[in-house]
Amino acid sequence: MTVMTPQDEAELAGMIRAADGPLAIRGGGTRSPAATRPVLSTAGLSGIVLYQPGALTLVVKAGTSLSEVEAVLAERNQRLAFEPMDHRPVLGTTGEPTIGGAVAVNASGPRRVQAGAARDFLLGAVFIDGAGTRVRNGGRVMKNVTGYDLARLQAGARGTLGVLTELSFKVLPVPERIATLALPCDDPGRAVAALARALGSPYEVTGAGWDGARVLLRIEGFAASVSYRGGELARLIPGLVHVDEDPWPALRDGRSLAGMARDIWRVSLRASHGAILAARLLEAGAAVTLDWGGGLLWAAMAPGADLRAQMADLGGHATRLRGTGPGPALHPDPAAVAALASGLRRQFDPEGRFAPEA
Amino acid sequence: MELPRPSPLVMERRAEIVARLKAALPADTVIDDPRGLLAYECDALTAYRCPPLAVVLPRSTAEVATALRLCHEMDVPVVPRGAGTSLAGGSLPTADAVVIGVARLTRVLETDYADRLIRVETGRTNLSVTGAVEADGFFYAPDPSSQLACAIAGNIGMNSGGAHCLKYGVTTNNLLGVTMVLMDGTVTEIGGGYMDAGDLDLLSVICGSEGQLGIVTEATLRILPKPEGARPVLMGFGSSRVAGACVSDIIEAGVLPVAIEFMDRPCIRACEAFAHAGYPDVEALLIIEVEGAPAEIDHQLGLIRAIAERHDPEVIRESGSAEESAAIWLGRKSAFGAMGQINDYMCLDGTIPVTELPLVLERIGALSAQYGLGVANVFHAGDGNMHPLILFDANKPGDLELCEQMGADILRLCVEVGGCLTGEHGVGVEKRDLMTVQFAADDLEAQLKVKDVFDPKWLLNAAKVFPLAVTEGRRP
Repeated sequence: MTVMTPQDEAELAGMIRAADGPLAIRGGGTRSPAATRPVLSTAGLSGIVLYQPGALTLVVKAGTSLSEVEAVLAERNQRLAFEPMDHRPVLGTTGEPTIGGAVAVNASGPRRVQAGAARDFLLGAVFIDGAGTRVRNGGRVMKNVTGYDLARLQAGARGTLGVLTELSFKVLPVPERIATLALPCDDPGRAVAALARALGSPYEVTGAGWDGARVLLRIEGFAASVSYRGGELARLIPGLVHVDEDPWPALRDGRSLAGMARDIWRVSLRASHGAILAARLLEAGAAVTLDWGGGLLWAAMAPGADLRAQMADLGGHATRLRGTGPGPALHPDPAAVAALASGLRRQFDPEGRFAPEA
Repeated sequence: MELPRPSPLVMERRAEIVARLKAALPADTVIDDPRGLLAYECDALTAYRCPPLAVVLPRSTAEVATALRLCHEMDVPVVPRGAGTSLAGGSLPTADAVVIGVARLTRVLETDYADRLIRVETGRTNLSVTGAVEADGFFYAPDPSSQLACAIAGNIGMNSGGAHCLKYGVTTNNLLGVTMVLMDGTVTEIGGGYMDAGDLDLLSVICGSEGQLGIVTEATLRILPKPEGARPVLMGFGSSRVAGACVSDIIEAGVLPVAIEFMDRPCIRACEAFAHAGYPDVEALLIIEVEGAPAEIDHQLGLIRAIAERHDPEVIRESGSAEESAAIWLGRKSAFGAMGQINDYMCLDGTIPVTELPLVLERIGALSAQYGLGVANVFHAGDGNMHPLILFDANKPGDLELCEQMGADILRLCVEVGGCLTGEHGVGVEKRDLMTVQFAADDLEAQLKVKDVFDPKWLLNAAKVFPLAVTEGRRP
């Protein structure tokens, strides 16, 4: 397949205008199957544009690798608080995840439950739409209600509304201390109840998951404060003990399920419904982990099994990250909502240059 | 400031329009007598007034849908209204518009502490959302100064913030789902009790769309456990520049207070006279609030003090009691009212990168001298959201216009240094004509394309947000 690697926005816009059919947009390629269309790579659009630690803001070109972004922030003891997940373990891909790719799928890790998602830290975006028009939206300040928020609309749009070229973020300081507490528990109902107790406490839990065998809680902040809150949480939830390991990257990336020869699903639903669905899926023989206090469920299902049939009464939505059929990989929206989404896609990509790859 | 001429085609059908609304809705839902309409002629941007054609105050989502469907059929413009507290003229009517207000939609529909959410009708006031959950130890985080009066519908429309959003984010970060009625009467359910969107994140454009995409009648909001405690500290400095530098140092040091508020001397004096909060008489005042258990608060305030000491503060005073803390915040939250007692003023809302604070304050001072109008500064310093209050005399011919010109210059300055026109009040009619300062033509066109999808006839609040010349040809 042809691979186009524009070096700036103008060249990118020209390539989109010159295209005569759908394109495959690629950041680091860590989520993508082999392309069956001409590839438009953002690799040439890379680098830090502006970093102001004192204003907690970072402006970066979309093709910049996440590892570069994280290294630059780490030098000033700051970080991307939404801890984007890494798709490589589950999808068996190679390549380097990019910041643009993280925004395109609104990739958010365990801290979602407290700090928010990629979209919550996105302050602005520049993108090229399907007609080759450059659009700037948002900015680089933390409070901005000037006009419609098209930057956040791009988060999770999977590139279907435009190719991201430049992104600005709110970044946060790395806390002095990060601690993890664990409690043995093999029942998702009891696990989610414990997580709800922790998340409903004033102790500022920044990670709340269940790995199938343990309830996991994370607290962060100044050392004295972490130690105090850890003590209070242990009082609130008897049996909770400090552990030295860092289980969060594995939970974030679904690594415990990745090695199984099964389909991998990621379900976003109400936290208490996470417990219900987890019990049903375990009963049906699936392997399950929970994050976001139960609001994010990971499942490894028998190939071809229809997870959505198990959640019809629960609401939320399920994405099949790995595997084929039945049904689409993305959860269909209700008709009135889907009509709005397809209306927006027609506006920003009338020729279907960014139509989802099969 | 110009509003589109009322459509003669609509005005001449006034009787028919009112009759059809009355026929389809309960009798007391439709207001059309001239005296009743006067109550809806403006919002908190009182300099501009225009009674609407009629007002509809529905009691349910179904009634909102009926009213919208009829207006859509009859090609009648609609102006949505929450509590009417917009400082930007977001719910200012036009003479040919039907105002649809959500003031009667105030119920709490569901409270779920295990899932940490509340579902409310959107006419409910911001503070009463917290009121519904605080006895159980929870709160709704966005806290605009008007929170006693402003409605959730308007908070969603303007993506409202508040003093504590430095830590907790603004409305868009705390909104999980909406029931929204489109202009043609279609009722949509977007989002819900879960955290991420399935396909496109439509909530992100709905929030902050200033009532131009639909009328939100119900909202699912994230609620948070109340912190164990909170304590503000007051710090007085000899100059605004020094106070600004102190803010930047605190943020870079990794301390993240829940709020950092700034006031200059004119504002401090007005607030002190009004609220008797015990503010010191200094050039620049910071109110910094931290949260947690008592020991955590002591630790954080210790770090903040150490940083502040490097900037030679004239005063550092921690709140010693819950009453003192409440008084400190009452002073700050009364700032606009306090200034209003001593002067007419126009309140701006631009945001700037925090690092530009000293420069911008200096140039606002220069503009003040140039125009001969006083300025009082009060703002959310931690996130760079400024609220310069330009003082003028409404009874002096030409003073309002002069004030508006100076306001425009300050907002241009905000954009020039990397910021934006409005951080939390919204564009409304007030800043509509400055949008071209911040956005190129293609950037604006992309936003108009979104409205095309939700409201193809451009009937909903269409005279707002975008310069009229830009929307010409789309509006009826």
